[in-house]
Amino acid sequence: MALTVADVHRIAQLARIEIDAAAAAQVHGKLLAIFAMINELQAVDTRGIVPMAHAQDVMLPLRDDAVTEIDQHALYQSVAPAVEDGLYLVPRVVE
Amino acid sequence: MSTSNPATVNRWETVIGLETHVQLSTAAKIFSGASTAFGAAPNTQASAVDIALPGVLPVLNRGAVERAIRFGLAVGGNINRRSVFARKNYFYPDLPKGYQISQYEFPVVTGGEVGVASPTRGDLRVHLPRAHLEEVAGMSLHEDFHGMTGIDLNRAGTPLLEIVTEPDLRSSDEAVAYARTLHGLVRWIGICDGNMQEGSFRCDANVSVRRTGSDVLGTRCEIKNLNSFRFMQEAIDFEVRRQIELIEDGGTVVQETRLYDPDRHETRSMRSKEDAQDYRYFPDPDLPPLVIGEDWIERVRSELPELPEAMRARFVRDHALPAADAATLTASRELAAYFESAASAAGGEAKIAANWTLGEVSAALNRNDIDIARSPVSAPQLAGLLKRIADGTISGKIAKEVFDAMWAGEADGDAAADTIIDRRGLRQISDQGAIERIVADAIAANPAIVAEYKAGKEKAFNSLIGRVMAASKGRANPAQVNAILKQLLG
Repeated sequence: MALTVADVHRIAQLARIEIDAAAAAQVHGKLLAIFAMINELQAVDTRGIVPMAHAQDVMLPLRDDAVTEIDQHALYQSVAPAVEDGLYLVPRVVE
Repeated sequence: MSTSNPATVNRWETVIGLETHVQLSTAAKIFSGASTAFGAAPNTQASAVDIALPGVLPVLNRGAVERAIRFGLAVGGNINRRSVFARKNYFYPDLPKGYQISQYEFPVVTGGEVGVASPTRGDLRVHLPRAHLEEVAGMSLHEDFHGMTGIDLNRAGTPLLEIVTEPDLRSSDEAVAYARTLHGLVRWIGICDGNMQEGSFRCDANVSVRRTGSDVLGTRCEIKNLNSFRFMQEAIDFEVRRQIELIEDGGTVVQETRLYDPDRHETRSMRSKEDAQDYRYFPDPDLPPLVIGEDWIERVRSELPELPEAMRARFVRDHALPAADAATLTASRELAAYFESAASAAGGEAKIAANWTLGEVSAALNRNDIDIARSPVSAPQLAGLLKRIADGTISGKIAKEVFDAMWAGEADGDAAADTIIDRRGLRQISDQGAIERIVADAIAANPAIVAEYKAGKEKAFNSLIGRVMAASKGRANPAQVNAILKQLLG
């Protein structure tokens, strides 16, 4: 299934990226080139090979279940555009 | 229940699958060292990781993984030696990263099952295709902040195990039975506090209907965020009727997410954009695969308590308890432990210990709205009372009086029942001569009743028994009273 310019617009919308028609056409070309390369890669026989989830062959380090953080909300909120009663205020969203 | 005409409903079969969000009882969050304690002032437990400041990295909490392993073992699932965290992308202000860290293709647990007592189909095995670890988002407060929305990120990053069932459930009753069983299990194995008011245990229900006999699944709707068993039942019942009516009126069910409105007793469509379900999952580059070693799994296995299902079977087998009693006693570990401790201290009087635990003790706990763990009457104290019933020191009726006195704290220690029996002079009178005297007195004092009995009125006999028991202040051994009265009336 070939990627269309409409797909590019949809992906951009999902990622909240504003994109005009000219830019979409350009990105479309680049993405098609990437897909072409992926198609080439898919010629490789990967049967029996565990899919790679991470570029490095490392294990996830774990932390102990202990509270190590202190309350720093005043510091964090000093750079927030709007704050009230300890809450961050954002433009109204209603689901 | 407007249209639940059984004839209509019988032509339809309901199919339900549940996704349960179980918040894990860790002290710290899944990827940061911030506290998970409920009810703190807004954003005081939101660390740099939880509010997604640039440059921070998540580090996985071992305690969250351990709880997932415990669950997987408890349901007989497979603990995947290697699982992968993925980013689930969507935009909402209470998700500051723009993605939720979850698991997708490679969850920590696959397979497993939960045994549920179905009200209509008996012992039902509910299959679990998967359970995965993820983080909770923050909370949006839509009260009016000058036309803005308030964001509290205290909850952001709380660890959660999402437990998914196959569409094995066939009614709202079965869905609730499963949810209750699972709720009991996660508390039993100590991975979740089970507090539904605080959102520690929430369900989404996937509901569809199909013509009876069909083996093709109908189009399903997902009802989100059911945080009580009653709402779950009401929401599913409403949704099933809605779908049946829709199809019978010639319409088709549209796959969508719906919300239950408990005030209006209906589900309604969430106004979500059609793209909302496209989460564009991909492996999180910040988190290499989670590898779980055999030694870890074996240690967790060795620490698992006896599970409720096994304990239920043992209660039925070893104590000859009815299945329903065994099920109620294993609703929580504390209740089961109380019963076992009382039964064993009472020298194996299991049946009577079960009756008292489920009867007097549970009733008193409910009346006073307290938990079995804080019962004023301890298990050994109850056992002390049961022993006196068993050896004939007191009757069952007097035992209730002693129990109430123990509950009120009239005596301390394991021998509290004996202290109260002695202090109040409640010891049952079993002395043949003493009872004969009381019975003889009652006969002499009530010639009219005796005459009625002799004229063939059976009820008069019970009336005389009542007089004797009253005269002995309830202490006379009832069986002996019965025999002696019969004998003396000749």
